[in-house]
Amino acid sequence: MRYDTLIIGAGLSGLAAGIRLAHFEQAVCVLERHTTIGGLNSFYRLRHRNYDVGLHAVTNFTPKGTKTGPLSRLLRQLRFAWDDFQLVPQVGSRVDFPGKSLRFNNDFELLTSQVAAEFPAQVDGFRQLAEFLAAQELGVVTDPDLTARPVLQRYLSDPLLIDMLLCPLMFYGSPTPDDMEFTQFAIMWHSIYREGFARPREGVRLIMRQLVKRYRELGGELRLRAGVKSILRDGARAVGVELDNGEILEADRILSSAGLVETLALCGTQPEVGEAPPRPAPGEITFVETIHTLDCQPADLGHPETIVFYSNRPDFRYANPAAPCDLDSGIICSPNNFQYDEPLEEGAIRITALANKDYWMQSDEAAYTAAKQHWSDQITQAASGHVPDFRARTVDTDMFTPRTIRKFTGHINGCVYGAPRKCWEGTTPLENVYICGTDQGFLGIIGSMLSGIGIANRYALRAT
Amino acid sequence: MNAEEVRQVLLDILSRIVPDEDLSGLQDSVPFREQIELDSMDFLDIVMELRKQYRIQIPEEDYAHMNTMGGAVSYLVPLMKSVSATA
Repeated sequence: MRYDTLIIGAGLSGLAAGIRLAHFEQAVCVLERHTTIGGLNSFYRLRHRNYDVGLHAVTNFTPKGTKTGPLSRLLRQLRFAWDDFQLVPQVGSRVDFPGKSLRFNNDFELLTSQVAAEFPAQVDGFRQLAEFLAAQELGVVTDPDLTARPVLQRYLSDPLLIDMLLCPLMFYGSPTPDDMEFTQFAIMWHSIYREGFARPREGVRLIMRQLVKRYRELGGELRLRAGVKSILRDGARAVGVELDNGEILEADRILSSAGLVETLALCGTQPEVGEAPPRPAPGEITFVETIHTLDCQPADLGHPETIVFYSNRPDFRYANPAAPCDLDSGIICSPNNFQYDEPLEEGAIRITALANKDYWMQSDEAAYTAAKQHWSDQITQAASGHVPDFRARTVDTDMFTPRTIRKFTGHINGCVYGAPRKCWEGTTPLENVYICGTDQGFLGIIGSMLSGIGIANRYALRAT
Repeated sequence: MNAEEVRQVLLDILSRIVPDEDLSGLQDSVPFREQIELDSMDFLDIVMELRKQYRIQIPEEDYAHMNTMGGAVSYLVPLMKSVSATA
């Protein structure tokens, strides 16, 4: 069988690309090494409970009927109706630092008024910053070396406010420590502060199910347990792939969501001399997450908030920690705290913390299991200043680590936001191999799908 | 296909690409993008849908003809005639 396009990875970007190509009648096959779909936004079932990996909230949420913006564009491109993703907006979120708190929700005015109340001397600068960012053309990289902090410092003089504003944006998308590429910052600012958070009541599996259903209806082929061992080349062109089981599939082009460095490794090539960008490196930022199932709703314990981004230090540190987990900061997410018509059956609190990329890769099973238990307790304790103590109401706990992420996604270091240097053009040293997903540069649920769509349009549809 | 039928084909395609838009008052001589929300990705989809449904190839240098309903209909009528003749 010869395909027009092979897609590596059945995550959001790969499936979205697949839908575009199948809709326009390409022979397309999505290859997934794992036994299930999802990639970085997957889900699993354990002790009769459903868990999400990845998705805390869909960012870029705009209300039904909004005709512009990433969500609206995505729905049009995939021919979905607004109701197909069943997105329910958040209740409200908070950035919590020592002595200062900023609440925000899907109405930007709340954040502005909070800045005015907590940082009165900064609010004029904040408004100018917001205006400046609103005028940016999102996703257009003018200077890949420009980072967010110098831009923020042009408008704001209080380092605490700068760190508080950066905290949620870095936690939800920065592949680089301590500062982030300006282009990505502008996208994240928009997707989190200007647009906002929402969630399907059923979690990420609802979105994944809709994607797969549509893809298959259009005649797309999806193969699970079909890992790509290598990309076969004829000079500077890919001619197909060899699967882990030795099977060979031929194709005119390949879209890979495996990650830039990971894809180059599949090609058996390093970028060759010439115009090649700085040598690509894998990311180092990764997380653990401890998930507590409660016998009550978090709101009943006095915790109605959707997501709390906290730092126990005034100077927020975002880096690969020396310790197994960073206890100084984290994200507390309750999937219950969205504006559902009916509450979820069980309560849940998820706490995410930066994790050491190497520590969690240890292979000793007993030590790994013990470490999960130990650090789950430590993280929960460290977060206790930012959420009412729910521990007496916990009926089950699970934790995922960088090792889990690597297993599900194949990403080196189990890193969540991919390579530090994004590949905005989506091209590789092979002329018909393209990168989509996390390493192309767009982030979040909507962003990753748009990445797949954009790369499919540009290199697999327009060119044919 | 005559001009009215081609116009209907375009309206059907638009109604699938931008289902939330009211297309009933679309004016022939005003660019689509001044009347409805249609970004460059959506615009590409009009061309792609025509290719998918009627096997019409529109080269990129001719995209400018497609900016208005009137322009698109005049441009497509000769092409659509030959398509239906061979279909």
